[in-house]
Amino acid sequence: MADKGFEWLMVLCALSIFAIVVLIASELVKGSNLSWNQFGFDFFYKSVIDSYTKLPNYWDPVNGHFSALPFVYGTLVSSFLGLLMAVPLAVGLAVFLTEMCPPVLRGPLAFITELLAAIPSVIYGLWAVFVLVPLLREYVNPMLIKLFGWTGFFGDDNPSGLGYFAAGVILAIMILPIISSLTREVMTAVPNSQREAALALGATRWEMIWISVIRNARIGIVGAIILGLGRALGETMAVTMVIGNSPGIYRSLLANGTTMASVIANEYAEASNDLHRSALTEIGLALFFVTIIVNAAARLLVWAVTRGAPARVQ
Amino acid sequence: MRSERKVWSRIRTLTDGAATGLAVLSTVLVVAPLVAIFVYLIYKGASSLSLDFFTKIPKPEGESGGGMANAIVGSAVLLAVSSAIGIPIGIGGGIFLAEFGRGTKLANAIRFTADVLNGVPSIVMGVAAYALIVSPQKSFLPFTGHFSAFSGGVALGIMMIPTVCRTTEEMLLMVPNAVREAALALGVPNWRSVLSITVKTASPGIITGCMLAFARVAGETAPLLFTALGNQFWSTSLNEPIAALPLQIYVYAISPYDDQHRLAWAGALVLIVLIVAAVALVRYVTSRGVLKGAS
Repeated sequence: MADKGFEWLMVLCALSIFAIVVLIASELVKGSNLSWNQFGFDFFYKSVIDSYTKLPNYWDPVNGHFSALPFVYGTLVSSFLGLLMAVPLAVGLAVFLTEMCPPVLRGPLAFITELLAAIPSVIYGLWAVFVLVPLLREYVNPMLIKLFGWTGFFGDDNPSGLGYFAAGVILAIMILPIISSLTREVMTAVPNSQREAALALGATRWEMIWISVIRNARIGIVGAIILGLGRALGETMAVTMVIGNSPGIYRSLLANGTTMASVIANEYAEASNDLHRSALTEIGLALFFVTIIVNAAARLLVWAVTRGAPARVQ
Repeated sequence: MRSERKVWSRIRTLTDGAATGLAVLSTVLVVAPLVAIFVYLIYKGASSLSLDFFTKIPKPEGESGGGMANAIVGSAVLLAVSSAIGIPIGIGGGIFLAEFGRGTKLANAIRFTADVLNGVPSIVMGVAAYALIVSPQKSFLPFTGHFSAFSGGVALGIMMIPTVCRTTEEMLLMVPNAVREAALALGVPNWRSVLSITVKTASPGIITGCMLAFARVAGETAPLLFTALGNQFWSTSLNEPIAALPLQIYVYAISPYDDQHRLAWAGALVLIVLIVAAVALVRYVTSRGVLKGAS
């Protein structure tokens, strides 16, 4: 009797995890109902054109015009910038740690990357505001403008140092540990016989890493990258502090922008009316679904490799 | 022919060297920001820390001095609430996954859901807690209808569940089956065997998992922005808005006053010391072999 009761109690705890996900989803759906009825699917890709300035008016709480377009754009741009910088470094670090590192260094280096993952977002933001952004403003941005200004992606009209690029850099630093530690995990899962076979055929160390480690682990590495993307999409505090918070769409990566998470962080507590709050909740709902899909996909890929399922050979 | 082969071999050696160099370079590039953050944090934070920081509440904007005593206490209250929610449910879920549901479809689905829940952005947790507790006038939960410490604690507690659940499961799976069989052979009822044999054997590992989850939510800011809200005064009531260390750091970091920037750095140093201590402790315990007593 007590046995059954105990088992049911544990089942209940486990089921509550399901319940929480369902509850979050239903609350978000309920909260975004108003905005959904008003704008429908247009919310994510259309905007009102202002009759005076002839410019798109994306986000106007006073007149009740809401469109998530600039936020979706900002989230995508800053996340992909972050991935672009983080992925090569993370894979390089994982290769170094699994294949090249002297054993003495392995422990401390793994610990350091673990620490990098444990630093709270708000402290990254604090550091970015006072150290990274001045650095970008004084040295990096002028150089980028000089070298690549002609492409139009690096305009010189924002002297603050904030913007998409700053957000991308801080995101790269923040998602590095997760990508790198998962990549390390899938690389360690590659059996040693694969490495030995490559070396026995006369491969150099790099050729061995390329042929037997990265080839075999590539599905898992893609999974790790997608998981990093999931983190980047939802990252809030650090991004809010450095992206400049201006609801527009700009071609220049050095311009001020916003992301889905940062607009919620900035405006939710002081939303001016129900429609405003509902629109913000709808952005949260979109973020929820996107991160669930991204995370599920990434987990499946990582599991496929580390669970001992044979990696697909071409 | 021979020279051609020699050139090829030279190219291969060079490629190998270049790859090694790039891997080392990326390692350096990863370690550099961490060192930069830490050095700057310690330098800035230590020079701003004072006794006032731990004993006084914030001064009005523009005035110098003051501390974050209320935020430190507020964080403790929030973490107590979140632990009370997150740890029992997480451990219970972990026990189910490892002891009762092993290999079943339900267990797989729950494991997967926990992993996915772990990836949901913290700001979304805040929105959900707002919709669940702050905005409705009546609900099945207490303290509804306004910003409160309780709503912040719930948001953080939900975030703890997946981490606690998964580490508990992993630690329980490491307990050898012989231990379970020995207990059952002695006629111990299953629930007793699970609680006082299996869970007890794995308890250092389980505590480690709880610490890890604790350290993670201790620094969370986003879910508190519109649940706990922050407070300039003393408050320990679950029914009132409450100050929290990360929230206060955020508010001070974006304020225009130098004095508040200093307080932000001091707060960040205190927070990071707490978190690093937790992570280091976790690493120490796990590297010592979690289940040494069992084998």
